[in-house]
Amino acid sequence: MEELIIEAGKTERQYWRDLWRYRELFYFLAWRDLLVRYKQTVVGVAWALLRPVLTMLVLTFAFGKLGKMPSGGVPYPLLVLCGMLPWQFFSLAFSESGNSLITNANLISKTYFPRLVVPASSVITSLVDLLIAAVFLAVLMMWYRFVPPVTIVLLPAFVLLAFAAALGTGLWIAALMVRFRDFRFIVPFVVQFGLYLSPVGFSSSVVPDRWRLLYSLNPIVGVIDGFRWCVLGGEHQLYWPGLGLSIVGTAILVATGIWYFRHTERTFADVI
Amino acid sequence: MSKPIITVENLSKRYVIRHQRSKSDGLRHVIEAAIRAPFRWLSSRREERKRQDEEFWALKDLSFELDQGEALGVIGRNGAGKSTLLKILSRITEPTEGRIHLKGRVASLLEVGTGFHAELTGRENIFLNGAILGMTRVEIKRKFDEIVSFAAVEKFLDTPVKRYSSGMYVRLAFAVAAHLEPEILLVDEVLAVGDAAFQTKCLTKMGDVAKEGRTVLFVSHNMAAITALCTCAIVIDQGHLVFSGRPQPAVEQYLSRSDGYAGVALSDRKDRRGNGRVRFTKVSVLNDRLEPVECVTSGQDISIALEYHLDGPKKLDNAIIQIAFAGALGQPLFACLSRVSHPGTLTLTSGGRVLCHISRLPLIPGSYTFGIWCKVEEVMEDGVYEAGKLTVADGDFFGTGKLPTSVVGEFLIKHSWSVN
Repeated sequence: MEELIIEAGKTERQYWRDLWRYRELFYFLAWRDLLVRYKQTVVGVAWALLRPVLTMLVLTFAFGKLGKMPSGGVPYPLLVLCGMLPWQFFSLAFSESGNSLITNANLISKTYFPRLVVPASSVITSLVDLLIAAVFLAVLMMWYRFVPPVTIVLLPAFVLLAFAAALGTGLWIAALMVRFRDFRFIVPFVVQFGLYLSPVGFSSSVVPDRWRLLYSLNPIVGVIDGFRWCVLGGEHQLYWPGLGLSIVGTAILVATGIWYFRHTERTFADVI
Repeated sequence: MSKPIITVENLSKRYVIRHQRSKSDGLRHVIEAAIRAPFRWLSSRREERKRQDEEFWALKDLSFELDQGEALGVIGRNGAGKSTLLKILSRITEPTEGRIHLKGRVASLLEVGTGFHAELTGRENIFLNGAILGMTRVEIKRKFDEIVSFAAVEKFLDTPVKRYSSGMYVRLAFAVAAHLEPEILLVDEVLAVGDAAFQTKCLTKMGDVAKEGRTVLFVSHNMAAITALCTCAIVIDQGHLVFSGRPQPAVEQYLSRSDGYAGVALSDRKDRRGNGRVRFTKVSVLNDRLEPVECVTSGQDISIALEYHLDGPKKLDNAIIQIAFAGALGQPLFACLSRVSHPGTLTLTSGGRVLCHISRLPLIPGSYTFGIWCKVEEVMEDGVYEAGKLTVADGDFFGTGKLPTSVVGEFLIKHSWSVN
């Protein structure tokens, strides 16, 4: 029979064991979010495809045709899509996980489970969207008769990096949002702003060299560059210092995110 | 089992009430504070020591033990701290001080349908709710059919839950929770929703859970349920434990405490209804010699005296008065209504007194309360709940000198026997 001791300020020890015990909840909450999203819709799952398609068209036109940005030897739509896939994953995961605690407030105030599950499952939900959009990328590559280089097998590593970045920032925002509802407005603004700031519509090679390292502070820059490098290859070289910075930065983001989340978690039920 | 399964030691929970009139909450002020003193804003504990915030102790120094297989009833007024206790035991919120030792898996039912999503079907919600309550997918699959038949929603399993009636919703939600197999089950007033049939089903199921050797903690305002289901009870008043013991005395202790009107004189009572042309000022219980007494006996001839004064007119005709008696658990027993027992109506004059005579009081020994109202021409003039108390002791109701050794019901009815 398992024994449990509840004491003020000493609930750390059970947490990680509980996270394992409640592991199925990651799946269930993500499953629930996906189901709910597509219930009563006619277009259904196709929405997951429509978004990248439409954005790709707009960005290709804006940056490729009008802006005449260099595409590094690949069809511009492919360049954009390779940037879009991780960006949309990240932005969706970021905003959903930021809001996740608030939208699940009734669960948090009435049942016990490790709260870390909530923002994490939002990121998982967005991952599913990414996978669907990746299908579209494959289709587009076939359309352009573009053969990806062998480095494409490294793609999962970059997906993992994106996942970690989304999780780290998501945890921070989720924990902050519980106390400061201001973030409800800050988050969409950051996402909007980020779309133009990050190398989604253009290649990061247009960024002047002396700013490149600073630019890489944005965790998504490393991810997008990585996506482009392993899927498109060719002229899209990886800026290694930038990638290194991204990986370190993301690791710090996740570690501090978990720390802050755990630190404020005990007050969630009281404050939410 | 000699060792208890739940041990609570000096449990205290403090909440900080933030008065919103102080403008120091919000991101802007936190950023300002952060600039002045970096890193302090990250600590949520420091915030609590701000001077303009008030402390509120929801629980203070609560200690009790519960053995395996017991069913503990937790009773108290609204705001006493019962739900907070359950929340802490469920690990939803942390204690401020104190220690709890739990032996076994805990499942809590603090709200019916936690996690239910209106857009999902019944089937999907069973899985979702089960997972949220702590069951694994394998477990839910195994018990799926049982849950569905307990809830009696087979026909509607694949329709979205938003189409369910509230009864179906509640049955389904409880069905899932009822099939948890925890060692310790915490239930918080969930029986307040649902019709009588549902409540009986729930109580029966909880009784079964207790018989299986599991431990149940049950918070409720339904005193009848507490006495029926629980083997022991505690009373919490303003965060403190004021009683621990058998359910029946706990209920009586709670009721006598919540009889907050006991100290207030009838004339000072503010919670009355009616136009107010009549005002009851004093009630007393009189014996057969019309002397006021504290206590009467079963079978005694008693009178209830109601003193009143008139506000406005000097005289009121066409008055009807009722005295309604209720038992210790608040359940209505009988009423004395002048319209049916008195020829014509009553005429009230200023500063008068109305007496209601009950011969051979048919109540078993116990504590009772009565409420009174007065209507003039079918319009309510004054009505007061729990206006007075009646304490009944053993008496010779049957005239034989014998009283029943085991009590059935609330009443003693005059009867006779014959053999053919």
